[in-house]
Amino acid sequence: MQGNEACVEGALAAGCMLFAGYPITPATEVSEIMARRLPRVGGIYVQGEDELASLGMILGASAAGWKGMTATSGNGICLMQEEIGYAAMTEIPCVIVDAQRAGPGTGIATKSMQGDVYQVRYGSNGDYSIIALAPSSPQETFDLTIEAFNLAEMYRTPVFLLSDEIVAHMRERVIIPEPEKIKVVERRKTEVPPAEFVPFRVETPDGVPPMPSIGDGYALPISSFARTDTGRPVTDFKNQDRLVQRLWNKVEKHADSIARIEVEGLEDARVAVVSYGSVARAADEAVRNMRSQGKPVASVRLITLWPFPDERIREVGRHVKTILFPEMNMGKMVREVERTAGKHAEVFSFPKPGVDMHTPAEIEQAVMRILE
Amino acid sequence: MILSKSLGAQVKRFKLFVNEEYCKGCRICVHFCPRDAIRLSDDFNSKGVNVPVPSNMEKCTGCRICEFYCPDFAIAIAEDEGSNCEVCLG
Amino acid sequence: MSTNSKGPAKKIEHPVLKHFRDDSPGTPHLWCAGCGVGQVWHYTTRAIEELGLDEDKVLWVGGSGCTGRMCTYWHKDFFHTLHGRALSFATGAKLARPELTVLVHSGDGECVAIGGNHLIHAARRNVDLNLIAINNFNYGMTGGQFSPTTPINANTATTPYGNREAPFDLTTLMREAGATYIARWTTVHFRQVINAIKKGIQNKGFSYIEILAQCPTQYGRRNKLGGAVEMMEWLKALSVTKENAEKMSPEELKGKFVIGELFSATKPEFSEYMRSIAAEASK
Repeated sequence: MQGNEACVEGALAAGCMLFAGYPITPATEVSEIMARRLPRVGGIYVQGEDELASLGMILGASAAGWKGMTATSGNGICLMQEEIGYAAMTEIPCVIVDAQRAGPGTGIATKSMQGDVYQVRYGSNGDYSIIALAPSSPQETFDLTIEAFNLAEMYRTPVFLLSDEIVAHMRERVIIPEPEKIKVVERRKTEVPPAEFVPFRVETPDGVPPMPSIGDGYALPISSFARTDTGRPVTDFKNQDRLVQRLWNKVEKHADSIARIEVEGLEDARVAVVSYGSVARAADEAVRNMRSQGKPVASVRLITLWPFPDERIREVGRHVKTILFPEMNMGKMVREVERTAGKHAEVFSFPKPGVDMHTPAEIEQAVMRILE
Repeated sequence: MILSKSLGAQVKRFKLFVNEEYCKGCRICVHFCPRDAIRLSDDFNSKGVNVPVPSNMEKCTGCRICEFYCPDFAIAIAEDEGSNCEVCLG
Repeated sequence: MSTNSKGPAKKIEHPVLKHFRDDSPGTPHLWCAGCGVGQVWHYTTRAIEELGLDEDKVLWVGGSGCTGRMCTYWHKDFFHTLHGRALSFATGAKLARPELTVLVHSGDGECVAIGGNHLIHAARRNVDLNLIAINNFNYGMTGGQFSPTTPINANTATTPYGNREAPFDLTTLMREAGATYIARWTTVHFRQVINAIKKGIQNKGFSYIEILAQCPTQYGRRNKLGGAVEMMEWLKALSVTKENAEKMSPEELKGKFVIGELFSATKPEFSEYMRSIAAEASK
């Protein structure tokens, strides 16, 4: 099945009950397939009047207890930024699919790019944290959509599924396990009775407060004003510092347990090729090819882009002399590699700003030039 | 002082309650009272405004317009259950 | 508390305070002296009380601005969302928990300017929400800038030469958009406002209740309309009942606002017909 279709199946497997979206290439199939599939499992599909309405409805439903998802492309993510910040501040779980396309502006609707990787992390106002996963195949799209829902529930944060036009429209075999074999995580509720409940007080080491729903009798004070644990809006530094640090750290400090990467051939490598998403398909083939010829090359595939796995990438840097990072953009995630592994290894960006993916041959050529 | 009806029938009496802390001195209650039963005090509250005080509470019919119109929930009416005072103390 | 004479201390609390969230800023709240928003806060809770609703199932939603902050004083669940987006969030909550009574308070600026798109679509869909739109003819919270309901020639912070843009009549807009209960009153008409909110709640569909209100600090001051008292008299003078309006000529109606229960209808409601799709699809 197509990547977009696998995304829908993953969402349904994870218990998604509301999908609200606005048609946009190359994510439209997600909406259309959801419109058919979701009502069959008792859920509701809404076509929002715009992207803001779509995400707004998802957040409203999530605060009232329903898992929800929206799907769009980079332009839609731009429109949603205020609400993304709202979700981060109010800690409302949601899954946002971004099937990236060439930009900037209207760009090329039908062509791929990896242009939104910073937008999803830093696009809203103020400081907060989010989680972003980058599938490289339809199977992975299915798996990571489920994981996106689970992470959203666990960390009470927006989670992005950073697909791109290539992966979204790619057709490959997808194995869908029996429902009993799929791990689905629900948000943590509270045992504390309403009279004693303090809405944003954190009592667990993960830094995440429990989340009763609207209508459960907990008199929830949901607002994106900077607030105390009781929900009272305040303007002092001490509270702001505490609040923002907690919102930031609840994900960033758990980068090692949240972030997933795939590393192959590091032991004997002098060059590591780092990649993610659709480009990883080419990088993977290039590295396998070179390794079969005995070349000292490793591959590192980022499955999680945010939180960035600082320590593990730093470790990669200690093992190799050079890192090559092909990206379908002007060089974005490579900056995170420079920041971390760059102290130990030389880092080269290999930018291709959209439309055409790197071919395995191109990556091989680049690596060969480095090895010489 | 309260004047009882000459026929001896018990007239419903009302008491005024004013929360001086809340009053912001908008004067809506004074103006809209259909019986002129409220006036502004000469003293100021801690916000520096003249709060409403009862003026002719025997004229109050308990319509509660003051209570409905007060934007700051600072004035309320209660039925007088037979006390001799014109104003209920909080 | 006032102590004008001696006597036994018997406490009387204003009836609205039992619905009031103590933890919220202000004494008792942040709105100005004489502000219509405080009055409508009372009328809303009175409607809830008179209907005997279970308050744990009553959700107040708001966006930004003075009116948008009304929800933050409600002692039960409230959803203080983003400027103009209250209706989207409210729609989502209603879909997930259809048994909730959802009240949305929105100011004129927020409602129809930034929120205009969501406004017309919520009405078109006939979502079972109750929009209490307080129209004080400007953006009060940010200092009195003009809004899409500001009368022509009015002075505001951003129309120092007099407003030239024609204002919306939101009741006709709502009628065209598909709302199934439409009423307009002023802060002066407290009993009618309370009844309209009750009717709106009982309407299974999108209810639009517009309340013309005084903003003495901004709109009133800039247009020399006096204080709260004078502005309330002004609102009374501006309003014409539906019945009287029918007998008046367009010139006589110029600058006036038609008040009353302006429209009511029955149409399929959003959360119901959306759920019926699921029922049909799973057959």
